[in-house]
Amino acid sequence: MVTVGTQQPRLTRSRDQRVVAGVASGLARHLGIPVVRVRIAFVVLLPLSGLALLLYAAFWAVLPLQERTAEEPPRRNFMHLLPFVAIGLGLLLVQTLAFGFGALGVTGLAGWLVAIIAVGAGVIWHESDPERRRQWSETLPRVPWLGAVVDESDRRAFLLRFIGGGVLVSVGIIGVVAVYSPAENFGAVINGIIFALVGLAGVAVVAGPVLWRTYNQLRTEREGRIRETERAELAAMVHDQVLHTLALIQRNAGDVKAVQRLARGQERSLRNWLYRPVASPNERFAAALEQVAAEVEDTYAITVETVVVGDRQTDERVGALVAAAREALVNAARHAKVQTVSLYAEVEPDQLSVFVRDRGAGFDPSTVEDHRHGVRGSIIGRMQRHGGRAKIISEPGDGTEVRLFLPATRESVTTGKDAS
Amino acid sequence: MSDEQTEQRRLRVFLVDDHAMFRAGVRAELGVHVDVVGEASTVSEAVTRIAAMEPDVVLLDVHMPDGGGRAVLDAMRRSHPQVRFLALSVSDAAEDVIGLIRAGARGYVTKTISPDELAAAIRRVAEGDAVFSPRLAGFVLDAFAARPDAPMADPELDQLTNREREVLRLLARGYAYKEIAKELFISIKTVETHVSNVLRKLQMSNRYELSRWAADRRLV
Repeated sequence: MVTVGTQQPRLTRSRDQRVVAGVASGLARHLGIPVVRVRIAFVVLLPLSGLALLLYAAFWAVLPLQERTAEEPPRRNFMHLLPFVAIGLGLLLVQTLAFGFGALGVTGLAGWLVAIIAVGAGVIWHESDPERRRQWSETLPRVPWLGAVVDESDRRAFLLRFIGGGVLVSVGIIGVVAVYSPAENFGAVINGIIFALVGLAGVAVVAGPVLWRTYNQLRTEREGRIRETERAELAAMVHDQVLHTLALIQRNAGDVKAVQRLARGQERSLRNWLYRPVASPNERFAAALEQVAAEVEDTYAITVETVVVGDRQTDERVGALVAAAREALVNAARHAKVQTVSLYAEVEPDQLSVFVRDRGAGFDPSTVEDHRHGVRGSIIGRMQRHGGRAKIISEPGDGTEVRLFLPATRESVTTGKDAS
Repeated sequence: MSDEQTEQRRLRVFLVDDHAMFRAGVRAELGVHVDVVGEASTVSEAVTRIAAMEPDVVLLDVHMPDGGGRAVLDAMRRSHPQVRFLALSVSDAAEDVIGLIRAGARGYVTKTISPDELAAAIRRVAEGDAVFSPRLAGFVLDAFAARPDAPMADPELDQLTNREREVLRLLARGYAYKEIAKELFISIKTVETHVSNVLRKLQMSNRYELSRWAADRRLV
């Protein structure tokens, strides 16, 4: 009979209609009667030695909170509480007027006190409810205890309620002791206070480890979730890129160039993902150079061994340096007939230097014809226009090195790290 | 291992890597250059078998499930100082490279290295020299250049000399040792001495800059 559970809503504390703890509205929904009647019933029971308080505390402690629904519960309206409090106080007043204080008697008073203790204990119990703790520890990840003291809103309210509950319990215990011991005995009150303190200490001893354990549990859970997210991210990355690259490599197994290009591109992207902090090539010199190197690698199917020491922000002049370096790399890739080209760049306080070296065919710089613009225009001319210089050292058979230097203006230099 | 050929003695090399495929590949490619005398796939296996074999050079993977190359180095370096370690890894992350060097590896090469270059690197390490890839030279320069004006606890130990810096720069620019020697008008032996000194400084110095540099880049 699976349908049994769905006949009636489960008895829970209501999340969306609550005024104090949602007990009344939860009961009302469960019984299928208007909330107001339940609230009135509670108020009417109030004069019977605080029976209503006792019941309310019991329900509060025992009933689970209603499952979280998608929409945010509406803010509580404490104005709803006002008439009931007024009626309750009125009833109490009537009771006292009709029968006098004496009518309350010892048992009546004790009932009240027990009700107070119950409410206090209920508050404490409720506040140490794991679901509730989760709520406010989720908002403050690291130091839940600190958060409980320092942080605003929910946590401060929690602390207030916790202390309030403690005060209620102690007041109740003091009262009970005072009522049952011989009257007008000051020692009894002292005893009561001691009892109360012992009681509170007991609550602390019981609740403390549980609370602490729950915190740890929550923390490990959260760490686990983070790990899980990272794993999922990695899995997605491997799926989207690595597996597809491997599939392409299998299909192009005969084409060495294509395989090398695929493998290199994949290696670079994995490396970047694993080890490099991301930086925008439009802002940082090192990132710009790496991007240029990656482009050349992909276009010409060679390896560019990039080493950048230091970093700084780019501007127009640095951009020109990067463009010149790109041209040097492209030349090396096209003419040197080698698989590997070195790119080394260093950011020094007074200048930026870039070296592009290959061990390829080489050429005699004096024989470069005037109409070849690659070297003269894109490298030497560009560097000169921006206040730098370029030097090309090459010998046939001994490879080529292009050296680019750009003096840094004092204020634009940011060696390594900067404040921006 | 008798003295069949005194000058071209075959080097005895031991492989530590948790990927069997990679070990097989390296073994096949290196076979013509050196004797691969043993393999290990875990840290504990490596420690016992290296102690038994006493190879000339150990090729050491950085990332392994039970502690990695660092653990092997820590276990072996005191007891077997004559065994040289060359780190061989897919990772060229700064913290791996610097970490391994500081733990006592004599060099660091990445797994994309060609077989001939790897053989040459093994030979250099076996001869007591250090092997710097351009990227490693870049890392060292970066670490030592990060704060040139910071106070030094022991300047002699900590600071790189200008000459060492120059050598490293040329290494990072892709120069071979003999090209550096030519460029700086010094002998190849002197270049090797400079490089070894850089390595020694890396191992011995506990420069707080180095760690701060790593921390700045969220490497540790």
